[in-house]
Amino acid sequence: MTIKTDLKGLTRRQLLSRGAAAGAGFVIGTNFVSGQDAAWATEMNALKPDTMATLIQMARDIYPHDKVADEFYAAAVKGYDVPDAVDDTEAGIEMLNGVARGKGYGSYLDIGWERDRVDILRSIEDSAFFQKIRGGLVTGLYNQKAVWPIFGYEGESYSQGGYINRGFDDITWIG
Amino acid sequence: MAAPFDKTDDSVVVIIGTGAGGGVLANELAQKGVSVVSLEAGGRYLPEDYVNDEWESFGQLAWLDPRTTSGDWRVSRDFSGLPAWIVKAVGGTTTHWAGASLRFQDHEWKAKTNYGAVQGANLLDWPIDAAEMAPYYEKAETKLGVTRTGDRTGLPGNNNFKVFEAGAKKLGYNDVHTGRMAINSSEYDGRMACQQTGFCFQGCKWGAKWSSAYTDIPRGEATGNLEVRDRCHVLRIEHGADGRVNGVVYMDKDGVEHKQVARVVCVAGNSIESPRILLNSATAMYPDGMANSSGQVGRNYMRHLTGSVYGIFDKPVKMWRGTTMAGIMQDEVRHDPARGFVGGYELETLGLGLPFMAAFLDPGGWGREFTTALDSYENMAGMWIVGEDMPQETNRVTLNMDVKDQFGMPVANVHYSDHANDRAMRDHAFGRGQAIYDAMGATRTLPTPPYPSTHNLGTNRMSENPRDGVVNRNGRTHDIENLFVSDGSQFTTGAAENPTLTIVALAIRQADHIAAELGRGNL
Repeated sequence: MTIKTDLKGLTRRQLLSRGAAAGAGFVIGTNFVSGQDAAWATEMNALKPDTMATLIQMARDIYPHDKVADEFYAAAVKGYDVPDAVDDTEAGIEMLNGVARGKGYGSYLDIGWERDRVDILRSIEDSAFFQKIRGGLVTGLYNQKAVWPIFGYEGESYSQGGYINRGFDDITWIG
Repeated sequence: MAAPFDKTDDSVVVIIGTGAGGGVLANELAQKGVSVVSLEAGGRYLPEDYVNDEWESFGQLAWLDPRTTSGDWRVSRDFSGLPAWIVKAVGGTTTHWAGASLRFQDHEWKAKTNYGAVQGANLLDWPIDAAEMAPYYEKAETKLGVTRTGDRTGLPGNNNFKVFEAGAKKLGYNDVHTGRMAINSSEYDGRMACQQTGFCFQGCKWGAKWSSAYTDIPRGEATGNLEVRDRCHVLRIEHGADGRVNGVVYMDKDGVEHKQVARVVCVAGNSIESPRILLNSATAMYPDGMANSSGQVGRNYMRHLTGSVYGIFDKPVKMWRGTTMAGIMQDEVRHDPARGFVGGYELETLGLGLPFMAAFLDPGGWGREFTTALDSYENMAGMWIVGEDMPQETNRVTLNMDVKDQFGMPVANVHYSDHANDRAMRDHAFGRGQAIYDAMGATRTLPTPPYPSTHNLGTNRMSENPRDGVVNRNGRTHDIENLFVSDGSQFTTGAAENPTLTIVALAIRQADHIAAELGRGNL
């Protein structure tokens, strides 16, 4: 993920001066999306910032892990921010927002409860767009090495000589 | 003449594939002084090349050429282009296999006799039996260094095994141990002991697990009688006016087509590619494909019924640590129709890394039911079901004439639907697996559907009568006397055991047969 150094480290007030707080906790600028705490930011190459923010929220709603910060979801969908993917992605998010408007919301990001967003996702889960986003997340989210420690997963152990002397049988709660 | 051999050298035996069947056969023949050319579609990777990262390793080793699927199995919906998780590399799927090395039970060689008529199943007895195979099993166990055979001790149990063992024993199961594994519990045959690293499926970086890639293949090459041509993808087998096969046409790594002439051809490309090659070798003389007068080439595809059970506990397990599959419960492997199905199943420990758990736990699943399970990944234990599935004529590998591979050849379509016996057995195994974890205080258990097939069997099956199958008791095709099948596609029935040990034993036995026939001037 591209993290613009001139955005990262800004205070929340400074960020808000450059963009508008939106939805569940993003700051959407003219050419970037960031966390409201400015812990992460991604500069847009091709997608509209609103579209990226919606995509990040959609990713979290598909695979919600309360322990996993937004930046990992942002990284998981950053691959759609390329010219080849723009048309399909913008159209898909517009479809999502269209369903939200049909239910009386201003947009997908305006919906306050996860269950209401998930209802909308269920209604489009057979669409090619949903399946592409969901399928991409399986590797895009869970194959990020930085995510693994959040789940306790240790990855490779060969470089440390395996677990032969490091707890392959260290379970303590078997009677 | 010593290797390398000339493409016009018609004294050579050509073997297609270098895995458990082809790789072992190549070495065994080379040791006997037979000239062998092995054609391998994949490249050469050795322990220093293996990558302990699930997706990166998958990209390095897996067979990813296009295939298609059909039938009611869930793999066809969830992984429509990936019916099988098998390897394209020198050493074939012996790089990826878990190492479980079990002999068939005696009754499993005669499934039709012992199970009786099963509606919709195309059961048949093997033309060979346990007594005939016993000495070859012993040779195979010695070659692979199988633990708990000979004087080799078992592997130590990891955390995942300890949960599994304790739960199974609470249910009253007795035949529970760390398996008969082709993974060294102490140094053996120049290979070191298991370091409990995990990643057995990604190629063993220590070489503690047997693979033909770094045992039989280099030993065969050292004799001067074996030439392995890697990145050489076979298109078809050719024959002469007399009907005998006379060579193999393949594409090399630069996309140049060659023909290696041959005295004998042995097909060992696994149960998907082997029938595909035979079907793609159709000619005016063999219009339905080579060795297919019975119409059985590609039919009776079996994959073991499989499935997994994961248990979530309130405390850590860390199932990824240690040997991936060193744990087995064999009390349910007997044939006992009182359970509502014929045949039996093994439960074996299994641990996947987080990336593969996400891909395989509930393919297509999403939302909090899915993610709360992964949130407890560290507290998960896992097991895999390996049970005998029924051969069915309609479960089969065919050519998909609408989809071509990178060489313009029709790809394999793999069609599979569960038999009622398969469903009954899987339901029983799910229930027992969940009970094992419940007995240990699981807060949640997850009966997980089958993954893309790792045990691909039966598409060129062995039969006494040429009408019933493709090859005879020696793996020699009924139709063409100098054409052999040397992999798991020979399997008449699948039994309940992980198949590699039996494939290796059959290859050692076939090498004896081919060498003897060459010596007698019959080939």
